[in-house]
Amino acid sequence: MQFLGYLISGISLGSVYALIALGYTMVYGIAKMLNFAHGDVIMIGGYMVYFTFCSGGWNPFLAVLFAMAVCTLLGITIERVAYRPLRSAPSLAVLITAIGVSFLLQNIAMLLWKSDPKSFTSIISMEPLSLAGGKLSIPAETIVTILVSVLIMIALIWFVNKTRIGHAMKAVSEDRGAAQLMGINVNGIISLTFAIGSALAAVAGALLLSSYPTLVPTTGAMPGIKAFVAAVFGGIGSIPGAFLGGVLLGVIENLSKAYISTQLSDAIVFLVLIIVLLVKPTGLLGKKTAVKV
Amino acid sequence: MGEILKIDNLNVYYGSIHAIKDLSLYVKEGEIVTMIGANGAGKTTTMHAISGLLKSQSGSITYDGRLISKMDAYKIVTLGLAQCPEGRRVFSGLTVQENLELGAYTRKDGKAAVQSDFEMVFEMLPRLKERRNQLAGTLSGGEQQMLAMGRALMSKPKMLLLDEPSMGLSPLLVKEIFKTIVRVNENGVTVLLVEQNAKMALNIANRGYVIETGNITMEGKASDLANDSKVKQAYLGGAA
Repeated sequence: MQFLGYLISGISLGSVYALIALGYTMVYGIAKMLNFAHGDVIMIGGYMVYFTFCSGGWNPFLAVLFAMAVCTLLGITIERVAYRPLRSAPSLAVLITAIGVSFLLQNIAMLLWKSDPKSFTSIISMEPLSLAGGKLSIPAETIVTILVSVLIMIALIWFVNKTRIGHAMKAVSEDRGAAQLMGINVNGIISLTFAIGSALAAVAGALLLSSYPTLVPTTGAMPGIKAFVAAVFGGIGSIPGAFLGGVLLGVIENLSKAYISTQLSDAIVFLVLIIVLLVKPTGLLGKKTAVKV
Repeated sequence: MGEILKIDNLNVYYGSIHAIKDLSLYVKEGEIVTMIGANGAGKTTTMHAISGLLKSQSGSITYDGRLISKMDAYKIVTLGLAQCPEGRRVFSGLTVQENLELGAYTRKDGKAAVQSDFEMVFEMLPRLKERRNQLAGTLSGGEQQMLAMGRALMSKPKMLLLDEPSMGLSPLLVKEIFKTIVRVNENGVTVLLVEQNAKMALNIANRGYVIETGNITMEGKASDLANDSKVKQAYLGGAA
């Protein structure tokens, strides 16, 4: 029974990683870059929910929507100001810029909101679910996190595979030049990708902080890196891969914490990543790149 | 008929390499014009400069009375100038149908008009209809070429830029592709055709240009070029 509890909270933590990983993987798939500032967008989203909901008393839905709007704008602005001028620069330059943006966001947060921890109140005010005659109690946050993440992933897969804009995104991901020849505005599609990824990061921030309620300017850093690992783990560029990678990562991390060692849990997570990449370098659901010509 | 495309003194650089040097050419409405030349002569570079994928440093490109040399590639398509790029470049992760739909991405003339163009493309290239739900990456080279042409036609272009449509195809398929080009032209689409298969290209074209190391070195009626001794020797593989 206890195992089931650890498993479910692992899936929940993993769902948060998955939401963040979706942003990493979509941006990588379409803009061909690793946006290491993605984790810090979560943190900004967290502060927005904190100020509106936790200390402002807003309706939690409204607060999350507001955070999503702020993060969407932030994501688009970061792309426009920091990444777009480097569109044809070597990928190393873009990577370093992304790390720079990450530090910038953390330091702006520190300047504006100080580095003392803020205590986050959960956006979910439902009773925990009691199972097996009270032997297993699952917090409502855990259940809501899983449900929200699954719904978002289904919506995203539908969007990418079934809509005109989704197909344009796939086209840009495969061949930017040919996509332009179809009349697709590549910069517009990249902006849209950043917008979607950043909005999801805001949701992820709100859900993460509802379960792990300490908010500091570096709150986004570790989940960001783990979500990046999850994206690579599942096969970077693949949406179902990001989700699978995220959930597995969360479960492995939680079970290691419960049964092996709290201190070693992160090391175990990264060890599993290394093993997976040795066996399958493209990640669990990564595509082979060979194309018939 | 007037000139639909006019290039004046075009210069394109790749870094420090001067790829296109003072190139000028024109295409009249309704024509098939071919540009022939060896590998690396600048054919594809010229095509990319026209479609906007590459920016020229100086000179001008005018299409349908508008200066397009400074315009973004995705906007040029909306003017009715489509490019079918070298190497097909179909979207392999999308189905044939989805590729064709992307071809019509910029169309604003309604579903019915797009649907009738689907029928037109499927009628002209029946293999695509058979394979409409198949991923483009699983098609043979010839089928991918047909898809690339069909996709370009779905934008309902007034002018089509075709870059090496015969590349890597069997002689039988090459014939089929060239037949299709002639049909497209008969339907009122002006064609600028870049080819290494100079014989076939000059055979269907009205006029031709010979390009060497970024310069136009000869131009004239296609039949005259086909009979020119220098062209014969250099590009048609025949004795003078």
